[in-house]
Order: sequence, then C-alpha cells, then structure tokens
Amino acid sequence: MTERQPSAEIPPQDREEVRLDSGIVTPHGSPAVAVPEQPLDTGLELPAATEQLALAYGAGITPKARSQWSYARIRFFRHRLAVISLFVLLAIGFVALFASRVAPYGFDELDLENITASPTTKDQHYFGTDLLGRDYLSRVIFGLRTSLWVALFVALLSTAIGTTIGAIAGYFGGVVDNLLMRFTDLILTLPTLAVLLTASAFFGSGDPLRVGVILALIFWTPLARIVRGVFLSLREKEYVEAAKASGASDIRIIARHMLPNTLGPLIVNATLLVAGAILVEAALSFLGFGIQPPNPALGKLIADGQGEGFNLWWLVTFPGLTIVVIALSINFIGDGLRDALDPTQRRVSG
Amino acid sequence: MAEPILSIRDLTVEFKTEDGIVRAVTDVSYDLQPGEVLGIVGESGSGKSVSVMSMLGLIPQPPGRVVKGEAVFKGRDLIQLPARELRKIRGGEMAMIFQDPMTSLNPVLTIGDQIGEAVQVHNPGKSDAETRVRTVQLLELVGVPFAERRVDQYPHEFSGGMRQRAMIAMAIANDPSVLIADEPTTALDVTIQAQIVEVLKAARAETHASIILITHDLGLIAELADRVVVMYAGRVVELGDVFTIFNSPRHPYTLGLLNSLARLDGDQEWLHPIPGQPPSLIAPPPGCSFHPRCELSQGRTLCRTEIPPLRSFSEIEEHVSRCHFAEELAAAETPVAT
Repeated sequence: MTERQPSAEIPPQDREEVRLDSGIVTPHGSPAVAVPEQPLDTGLELPAATEQLALAYGAGITPKARSQWSYARIRFFRHRLAVISLFVLLAIGFVALFASRVAPYGFDELDLENITASPTTKDQHYFGTDLLGRDYLSRVIFGLRTSLWVALFVALLSTAIGTTIGAIAGYFGGVVDNLLMRFTDLILTLPTLAVLLTASAFFGSGDPLRVGVILALIFWTPLARIVRGVFLSLREKEYVEAAKASGASDIRIIARHMLPNTLGPLIVNATLLVAGAILVEAALSFLGFGIQPPNPALGKLIADGQGEGFNLWWLVTFPGLTIVVIALSINFIGDGLRDALDPTQRRVSG
Repeated sequence: MAEPILSIRDLTVEFKTEDGIVRAVTDVSYDLQPGEVLGIVGESGSGKSVSVMSMLGLIPQPPGRVVKGEAVFKGRDLIQLPARELRKIRGGEMAMIFQDPMTSLNPVLTIGDQIGEAVQVHNPGKSDAETRVRTVQLLELVGVPFAERRVDQYPHEFSGGMRQRAMIAMAIANDPSVLIADEPTTALDVTIQAQIVEVLKAARAETHASIILITHDLGLIAELADRVVVMYAGRVVELGDVFTIFNSPRHPYTLGLLNSLARLDGDQEWLHPIPGQPPSLIAPPPGCSFHPRCELSQGRTLCRTEIPPLRSFSEIEEHVSRCHFAEELAAAETPVAT
C-alpha cells in the first residue's frame, strides 16, 4: 500500500475550534471538509453515510455517541428512590467519616448530670443518654462508623473472593468448575449464624477486622455463582475466541475481556452485600459475638439497650432505625443499579 | 514448487458428544505455498473451519481431540507444540480473521484497545504511545477513515464493514506469514463484501502473507483464491488450481456446488441444488460419504463399499479427486465457465 496523507488538512487542534454557531458553520482556515481526501485507497468510494460523517468530523463536530455507562447513569438517575437513597447514604457516610467532628460527645464520654435522659434538645442529647449518661447520638454515630467500615470491608473482600473463584470456575470449566462449585455449595449449605458464632468464639471476636474477615469468608458464595454463570456464557462469545486467536493469555482474557463484561451484576450484588453484611454484623454484635466494647457497633447498642426494656425505649429505637435506614437505602440503590446496568431485568418501565 | 509454509498431513479431529463420537475432520492433507491464497470450500459442517482451528489449538478440548496428523509450520509441528509456544504463534505469525465482526469485538473495549492488545501481546516491550501509533497506522491501512479519532471509539460506534476492517487490522498487526480468514464476508452486506475483498487484497499486499480462505462462497474463491480445497463430510474430496476446479471439476460434489450457483450471466432458469442432506458425521455412510446424494453413483456397489482414494488427474499440476468414477465426469465434460 502507498503511504497516505492525514485525512484532513487542518491540524487537529484547529479542527477542534470549528464550531457550529447559531446554525452557521464558521470555517477555520482552509476548507474544513475533507471529503475528497479518500482515506481508502482501494479505489472504492466512501458510502454516503461515511461521507456525512466526514463532513461532520471536518466541521469539528464529533457525533456524540453515548457510552453504555452514560446510558446507565441516565437510567439510574431516573430511579427516584435510588437517587434519594444515594443522598441519604452519602450523608450517613459523611457523618460516619467525620464522626469525631460531628458527634456532640465522645462515644464513652459520661454526662453524669443527664443519666437516662430521654431524647431532648437539652445539652444536645437528641437521642437521649444511657444508664451511664453516655450520649446516644454520639454512640450511634461512632457505631455507624464501625458498622459501615466492617460492611464495606466485607463487601470488598467477599466480592474479590467470589469473583476470583467464579471466574476461574466459569473460564476453565470441567473438573475445575466442578470442584470449585461443589465447594461453593458446601459453604452455602452451612448454617451461617451457627458457623459465625463458632468461628468468632474460636478465633476470638471484638476486633472489627477479624469480624470482617470471618463474614467475608461466608459471604462470597452468591457472587461466585453469579460470576461463574456470566463467565460460562461469555466464554462462548466470539470476541473471547478472537482474543485467544490473537495470542492473549488466559489471565489477560479473564481480566481484560471478560471481567469488564461482568461489572454490571458484580456492582449490583456487591452493593446488596453491604446491606447484608450490616445486618449480619448487627446480629452478631447483638448476640455478643461481634464487635466488643468499648468499640460501639449498631448491633451492640441495641443489645445494650434491650436490657432496659420499654422504659428507655430510645436505646433500642435509634440504633435500630439507623440500621433500617442504611439497609433500605442500600437495597434501593442496588435496585436502581440493577435497572441501570441490566435493563433486561427491569420490572417497571420508566 | 517451493517449500510449503504450512503442511497439514492426515489431520483427524474428533468431538465427543452425547450421541457419540463425531469425526469432524478425517485424514485431511494440504499444503500452503508461500504467498498463495488457498481457498477451502464446503457446506456447513464439512470440517473446513475445524481443520484450521484445531491446528491453532482453538477447538475446545475436551470435547474436541486431534486424533492424529500433523501441521508443520516453519519446521515445527503445531499439533505437538506446547500451549505456551502455540500462543506465541497465534496472532503473531499466524493470525485469524473471524466471520462475524458484530460479535468478534469486545463491546466494552475501544477499537484501539483491541488492536493495541494484539500488538502488545506479541511485543511486550512496546510503549503505549508506540502501540497507539501502530494502531492508527493499521486502521488507516485497512481504510478506516479518521483513524486518529476512531481508534478511541467503541465497537458499537462502528458499522459492520468498519468493524470487519478493524478485525483485519487486528489480524495483520504483527505481520503474520499466514492469515486465516474464516468466512470473512459471510456476515456482511453484498456491497460491503466487495469492499472487504479489496481490503483483504490490500492486507495481503502489505504483509505478503499466505492466506487460507475458508468460505462457502464460490464467488469469493473465484475472486481471491489461487488453489482450492473442496471438503465434504470431513474429507478433502478435490484439490486443485482454481481454474481447473471451476473448469473441469473431477468430483461430482464440486460439480454439484458449481451447478447450484445462481449466475447473472447465461439464461439459466432453475438452480440445480444437490439433493439430500449432508451426512451425519457420527455414523457416516459406508464407502464414499457422498454416494447417497451422488448422481454419478446411482447405486453402484463400489461407491457403497469402498472409500475412494485421492487420485491425481493431472501430470502438470496438482489436481486430485476422491471419486471412483471421476473419469466419467471428464468424458461428459460439461464445463462451467468462469
């Protein structure tokens, strides 16, 4: 083939400046339209559509093609509940992140003048205080921090484990798939709570990191199954075969060609995992096997409060409500993401 | 004749299925000469793709299995080559163009990413900037306009013809010495097909690669191929120069294929399809696998009992056919002019 001139005579930086202004094309320098310069030297004419494209490019208008992600973003923001939930969660996350700034008191600070105060604006005890005079709003805020941290950690770690196992099983198939999936089934059949209680009794609890690891080792199973399923179908795609034919290694094909195509279900399920992890961590802490004092955790706060019965109702209600709000928001966001990233599974048309 | 660049001998490939063992390719042998275009024609399921895919290690194993045979490429038997070595050859010295450009490009990666990947896999030292320059160069080569911009676009922003150009760019990225085109125009509009043929010719001129052209489009064969391999039910039934095959076929199946073509010249009123269906490869008919559909056979015992050997029909060139009664075709000689 002979060497070729660049397709348009104008240097790219100039081309960018040519704009459509109030419907009038303002040419910049030499004629912006570069159609006669045929980029194809096979002697064939450009089809009409290409010519129009050439006109558009020449005039500096890049036809704005929306990516899958921008469509997903549009779909997500149409989902009202999900957007509201996103803001609620962001606010909660912000509060948790800056707990020591936001909270009116420290989590173990005693206010002996206001023991068992019911929710009041006096001395900023909005959620009341407990038997020791500790401000419950501050304890909920700090508990929020621990719980969210554990939940995020669990979601990330279990997503990583589940994705790895699912990807390997789905990509290689056969014996590998069988072994890994039977192992997954095994984990899935374990009675979660019993195992968690045993594990935390055995390895010791209290440390948020340790609780997180134990939870993650149980939580990865649904993700492994989902990723495997997606991989099984992706494996048969022509572009995976094409990547193989161009000499790409297995790891490269998995990481570069298949994983990005799994992102949709992956993100949705990782999100829902966060909610699940918060609830289970709360249950664990409630039973006394999760986060240990003096670290406040939401589940632990409820457990502490329930001993006082209905008299000190605020001790149970506020941490409980917080958990409900977080779990609900995350689930709504997960729903929104599912609608946005996987339009085929849509239930309501927007 | 020069030393062939690729030499396939007695290649036999089987697939294990629930209904039994499918022998997709049986004792296939052919050579690929340097710089030539070798066309492989046959119906769906005749083993044209499998014979090529198996030597590149691209058939799923299991259920697929190369039972015997060799594929010697530059002195090395690809069948025996460890997976790691074979991977270096794939996309490097031997590259492939796939049938359907709509599904052979990954929707989440840009065109540039995918062509660049082919470059980088085989040249790990190449920087991203160098790879990009090469990618744009490749896209220009295959006639993608505004390559500098389109390199950053995603496959869904490309039309079918443009995608196939990108696929060709990907295949020639590493100057392969063998280019395998697996039905490169089947999924495209007729007008686009003509363009892609031109691009293929340009790619060939650029890389000086030998091309294996797998297709069931005899028009494409006539346009591009130097020699033709005709396959039926996993076997080579006829092999020869493209003019010889079109002018004096020595196998009733080849003749049937030519007669079933719709032609624009001549005042042909009806198409003449080959009666019947391709045989099951699990239990192929005894003897010549084409005999149940063959007009020449007409119940002759020999056709039902013995698999015809490949016999030569020319002393000056390579022209072989697998038919007991090929001489009768020569006698009848109803040339289907090209």
